[in-house]
Amino acid sequence: MDRVPILRLGDCLLVTVQVDMHDELAMSLQDDLTNKIVATKARGVLIDISALEMVDSFIGRMLGNIASMSRILDAQTVVVGMQPAVAITLVELGLSLPGIRTALNVDAGLALLRRALDRGDEGGYVD
Amino acid sequence: MNRLASRLPAIVEQHQREILAEWVRLQLESGNWRAGRLQESQLRDESQKFIGLLAGTLQNTVQFDARNAQWAELREFLSELSRSRATQGFSPSQVATFVFSLKQPIFGRLRLALAKEPEALADAMWEINTLLDALGLYTTEVYQQAREAVISRQQEELIELSTPVVELWPGILALPLIGTLDSERTQVVMETLLQRLVATGSSIAVIDITGVPTVDTLVAQHLLKTVSAAQLMGADCIISGIRPQIAQTIVHLGIDLSAVATKASLSDAFALALKRRGLAVTSSTAAARG
Repeated sequence: MDRVPILRLGDCLLVTVQVDMHDELAMSLQDDLTNKIVATKARGVLIDISALEMVDSFIGRMLGNIASMSRILDAQTVVVGMQPAVAITLVELGLSLPGIRTALNVDAGLALLRRALDRGDEGGYVD
Repeated sequence: MNRLASRLPAIVEQHQREILAEWVRLQLESGNWRAGRLQESQLRDESQKFIGLLAGTLQNTVQFDARNAQWAELREFLSELSRSRATQGFSPSQVATFVFSLKQPIFGRLRLALAKEPEALADAMWEINTLLDALGLYTTEVYQQAREAVISRQQEELIELSTPVVELWPGILALPLIGTLDSERTQVVMETLLQRLVATGSSIAVIDITGVPTVDTLVAQHLLKTVSAAQLMGADCIISGIRPQIAQTIVHLGIDLSAVATKASLSDAFALALKRRGLAVTSSTAAARG
């Protein structure tokens, strides 16, 4: 069974979703990621969804859940590279992913994460 | 009642030339053709062609059926005629009158030919009447379709023209909106803006609504959707060009724009965008003096 690769990048984790997410894959990603955050003591999580072309409400909620779980484990989540079509779909579904930071690409996401960690934010609330 | 085969085709075929002459004379007299930019010679040619095709097709069938291949040639001719008349500035009723006006000469001819057979005369009259009505209505239909095609093409062009996304500065996009925002347009605006955000890697977009005449709850909702979608992609939006009346309307309608940065003018929004990107504009003369 295919899994979503989770790469370690200093004290951050980079999750690159390269295939269309189906529900089972999304569930296993939640397991893998939470385990990995605990194992590596990661402070930040970058989820690159630039290859994701379709989302449904389940995947949208799953992204929100991952962010909440990471926050509890003291890691900040940034979702990067969302495609226009995906963004429109999520807005139409009424899922504006509150509490999740977003960035245009991995570079910008990493910079955002770095700034946030340097400021010493407590993983938590996004203004 | 086992009726004899229709007499209509034979009569039209036989007296084609007389009917044509009469028809053209009537049309020229009526002056209807002068309404548009039509030459007399063209009117003659078209009349001749039409009656020729009609007489030919009548040999096979007297029932008009737009889907029947037997009528294909005549249908083609009428479509072409209708379209060209539409561009020449004729009204749909004038185009249909071209076909309807053929009734009089044919009726006259039928009356002469079938004077002694009232039953056959009535039948033939009925046939040609129904047939020409159907053909006349067909021209109107084509005319309308041609007009609708023009309208929908213009609508598309308008939508494309009205959503320019310009780059104010590397990393700062502006979207000057002009005209009323409806759902369809907002969809195009949203898609264009988001695609340009990705293409240029911009992190700030200024949506300028100076040219939007009115803002109601629907327009505001569309704007907020665009802003949320851009935020999901990791870009900030600033709404600018809010006129005093529009600010009042927004508050009276109870629309909550607090999630979005709003500025009165595009230049204010641009200044804010530069500030967010850590840039500043300074006067070079002041620097030289200093």
